[in-house]
Amino acid sequence: MRYRKFILLILKKLWAAVTDLIPIIVVVVFFQSVVIRQPFPEIGDVIFGILLVIVGLMLFIEGLEIGLFPIGETMAYALAKKGSLLWLMVFSFALGFATTIAEPALIAVAKEASIISSDAGLINNNQEVMDNYAFGLRLTVAFSVGLAIVIGVLRILKGWPLHYLIIGGYVLVMLMTLIAPKEIIGLAYDAGGVTTSTITVPLVTALGVGLATVIKGRSPLTDGFGLIAFASLLPMIFVMAYGLFWF
Amino acid sequence: MIDYIMDFSLILFYTMRDVLPIVLLIVFFQLVVLKQPIPHLKKMILGGIYVVLGLALFLMGLEKALFPVGKIMASQLSDPVFLGVTEGELANWRSYYWIYIFAALIGFATTIAEPSLIAVAIKADEVSAGTINPWGLRITVAIGVAFALALGTFRIVTGTPLYIYIMVGYLIVIIQTFFTPKKLIALAYDSGGVTTSTVTVPLVAALGLGLSSAVPGRNPAIDGFGLIAFASLFPIITVLGYAQFMELKNRLLKIKTKKNAL
Repeated sequence: MRYRKFILLILKKLWAAVTDLIPIIVVVVFFQSVVIRQPFPEIGDVIFGILLVIVGLMLFIEGLEIGLFPIGETMAYALAKKGSLLWLMVFSFALGFATTIAEPALIAVAKEASIISSDAGLINNNQEVMDNYAFGLRLTVAFSVGLAIVIGVLRILKGWPLHYLIIGGYVLVMLMTLIAPKEIIGLAYDAGGVTTSTITVPLVTALGVGLATVIKGRSPLTDGFGLIAFASLLPMIFVMAYGLFWF
Repeated sequence: MIDYIMDFSLILFYTMRDVLPIVLLIVFFQLVVLKQPIPHLKKMILGGIYVVLGLALFLMGLEKALFPVGKIMASQLSDPVFLGVTEGELANWRSYYWIYIFAALIGFATTIAEPSLIAVAIKADEVSAGTINPWGLRITVAIGVAFALALGTFRIVTGTPLYIYIMVGYLIVIIQTFFTPKKLIALAYDSGGVTTSTVTVPLVAALGLGLSSAVPGRNPAIDGFGLIAFASLFPIITVLGYAQFMELKNRLLKIKTKKNAL
């Protein structure tokens, strides 16, 4: 009897993962069969892959609810209870920096950027210079994400309205766009989007919501969200500044 | 079979390597700074294992199933033969209509499956005590990404400068902000950053690079970028719009019930 309940629960969760993937399957099948009119390359691999994606998504969401969210919230409660602003800031910065510096998407983008910049003649076409440039770019983005989480956490503590800070950031992005080297603008804009990975987002969200829940006078909905917004905005400004610094 | 196991171990290793700094940070803070026992530690560790294992399976499945097909489709759709245009000649932007449709649909579909967006939607549902419907939020964000990618591919085809679009987008966000209920602004801003991760980025990057190398006169190095920036901006606009729409609906409803009461 207990087993039946357990199996039913798992089937329900699997079904939820299947519904998340239905749009992708529909789009791919439609284009492959109606528009491009070509048979699937290696259909066996594709079906096997889809099964892996479904099981993986189910496990991830389960782990999110019993692991990542509680960890983020527990850290938020414990740090708020300790009452040391300095340690909270250190934790926030380290969380942003540590999750970004090793981010595979960022490593790929930084390498790509060094190739573009050397092709455009902005930096020397020399492996050492290019590696330095790529590593510097990664450091810059990781630093800016760390700083973003610090500013975001300070905002939750002080109750500053988010939109003034973000709009101020937008104005800064626009001003930087006017003076930054043209080759780096597209890259800088994209850098904002690639920094927030699948593990960072739930952790950072849980941290923000957790802090806004324990601090008196803050609402988890109004004040708890917004950390991700800073983490997507600051890298744009910093990457353009990095471009100005190099060229 | 051996190949699969090798692939999986490698992906699992990479995932663990990505998680390692976070684990070290949390352990350090627990042992050195907070010095407190963690409640439900076993359950959390189990959750952490689920996350790493789930993500590794998810990534491996994407690499086996979705990415090859998606990349082939992106390159086939921008092929001059498929489009019916002469190679090397700049065709009218209208000839590329299948690309815009594909970009919009694939953007919508991958966003629905994006794990970080699912996470934020679960959290938003939780803290709003159910007033924010997770599917409502996810579909609104996905519509934003769909529009962003259609416009982004149009921009690559026409070769218009990226910053003009971004600046206009920012202006729209700023204006909308002043007319949106304050409690939803933070969530709307966050939904920009969460759309672009595991599923969307690799496909979108392939689409941007493929398209910019297929369209004559475009430089993949300069024009290939920007799709991710679009996909991070437009969901903010649609979520703010959704919040405004719900607010308006509630207001109209209130006026109606007042009238009925009289």
